[in-house]
Amino acid sequence: MADSNFSGDAAPQIEAQLFFGFTRAQAIAFAAMTAFIIVSPFFLYPVFLMKVLCFALFACAFNLLIGYVGLLSFGHAAYFGMGAYVSGYAAKAWGVPPEFAILMGGAIGAALGLPFGWLAIRRAGIYFAMITLALAQMVYFFALQAPFTNGEDGIQAIPRGTLFGFINLTPDLTMYWLVAVIFLAGFLLIHRIVHSPFGQILKAIRDNEPRAISLGYRVENYKLMAFVLSAGLAGIAGGTKTLVFNIATLTDVHWSMSGEVVLMSLVGGLGTIFGPVIGAATIITMQNYLAEFGAWVLVMQGVIFIACVLAFRRGILGEIAARLRVKL
Amino acid sequence: MEDLLFELQLVMPQVILGVINGAFYALLSLGLAVIFGMLNVINFSHGAQFTLGAFVAWMMLAYLGIGYWPALLLAPLVVGALGILMERTMIARLYKLDHLYGLLLTFGCALVIEGLLRNGFGSSGQRYAPPPEFAAFDLELGDFFLPGYRVWVLIAASLMCLVTWLVIEKTKVGSYLRAATERPQLVQAFGINVPLMMTLTYGAGVALAAFAGVLAAPVYSVSPAMGANFIITVFAVVVIGGMGSIMGSIVTGFMLGLVQGITEVVYPEASQTVVFLIMAVVLLTRPAGLFGRA
Repeated sequence: MADSNFSGDAAPQIEAQLFFGFTRAQAIAFAAMTAFIIVSPFFLYPVFLMKVLCFALFACAFNLLIGYVGLLSFGHAAYFGMGAYVSGYAAKAWGVPPEFAILMGGAIGAALGLPFGWLAIRRAGIYFAMITLALAQMVYFFALQAPFTNGEDGIQAIPRGTLFGFINLTPDLTMYWLVAVIFLAGFLLIHRIVHSPFGQILKAIRDNEPRAISLGYRVENYKLMAFVLSAGLAGIAGGTKTLVFNIATLTDVHWSMSGEVVLMSLVGGLGTIFGPVIGAATIITMQNYLAEFGAWVLVMQGVIFIACVLAFRRGILGEIAARLRVKL
Repeated sequence: MEDLLFELQLVMPQVILGVINGAFYALLSLGLAVIFGMLNVINFSHGAQFTLGAFVAWMMLAYLGIGYWPALLLAPLVVGALGILMERTMIARLYKLDHLYGLLLTFGCALVIEGLLRNGFGSSGQRYAPPPEFAAFDLELGDFFLPGYRVWVLIAASLMCLVTWLVIEKTKVGSYLRAATERPQLVQAFGINVPLMMTLTYGAGVALAAFAGVLAAPVYSVSPAMGANFIITVFAVVVIGGMGSIMGSIVTGFMLGLVQGITEVVYPEASQTVVFLIMAVVLLTRPAGLFGRA
């Protein structure tokens, strides 16, 4: 049942895979997305697009857990935010080159995801959500008090640096190509994970955990692995975002950030590979247009949450996929 | 003796503040547990409804001149009625789905409530003065000063917890509630209107949160974020206690408030995080929670 679990696949269909685990519809969608990413900076503001791509990667990482393992993490801001802080600190205080700064963001996300995931997978369902939220709140308080985060001010004026020592990232368009490459690499990695034998076992756990256990799989190890991968990718997204905007603040680790990534995935379509991307683009666009209305953004996000849960549980892409009877 | 008194003066205010926090944890986690037991929904808007309780009391005083005592009764009724409306129009549609959808829906409701309050009253706090009659009960012991109102908060919260516990454990309605928590279909087969019970349970749980909100209004400043800050800690309290028992959530709430207060004295840097650390330890040793059933 598409409604009772969080998968986008209405019915398990076996479709011919063209390449890289893509079905025909997915290959077309991927080609369209890549074409858009290449063309869009010439008519849209690159900084806005970079924000969308960073959050799209964040949402895809989150979706890896909820869509393919059935675990709703309500604390992904912790990995995103610490990724942002560590990348920012490394780039600013130690002068680490951007490629390493971003990788460090991913590493801290994964390093944090390991103990947190290990704790959280002891419970499932709503307890899992509450535990991840509580652990993330702990990280928030840490970020509030730790000296290197500068408390309320955050880390500011973080340099973008020079990639590989010779590509100056200060021009927005140059930075954009780096962000685009990171996003596509992350996206393909997640797609590869989901369609690997490992990913099949994850889906088996999502659909019927007792059966996966009885088949002899060590379910905890698989869940933990997925959690760490998801947290690591969220850290990379956070680190990239920090270099784009030259800033890492408490907003990045706040629980409302965790809520936002849930919303993006939900709007786009949980358990679809392109859904989180569409969702991130939708929410970021909305925030852009509503920015002048202050707290109405919060109200709008709440209304969208409610509307999605009550009426569009499949999300934008899930609905389209269901209409077209394809997997996206 | 002098030293001891000095130490006491140093420690007591924090400990008492901790226990008062604990009283709010107990009231909130109690409401969460009652709602979860009956509806299988974790009410993410619990914090927002707590805030709403405080705001309704504040608005009653500011716009209608209704004082603290009537507000203590009226605000929970108003917010409880709103909760009933929420349950009927939205939450009731989700019972057949994964429980996580209930969490997402109530999270959305929390955002709407918080956003509306921010639009209406700004992010900074409003002051709600405690009723003057409590000044007579202010306790002064050397440098140690305990406002009478805080004593009242402790008494009122403990009484409310006790009453809720008595209603659930000792009355006939409570026995229906407990039965419906275990086997809803069977209870319905006996001719008891279970959907109505679910609606009223949600309303009561929400009213409990609003009651806590009114109690909290004079202690903390009345701001749109006051509930959100509380509710995440309360989630940790719920994980620690396990939602299996009513008494369990009450005891856990008070206990963790006390622990937090003591931590504030011993190692203030950890006072915000100690509850989450305890949660981690409990998850390692008793994943179902101290009072929970696996």
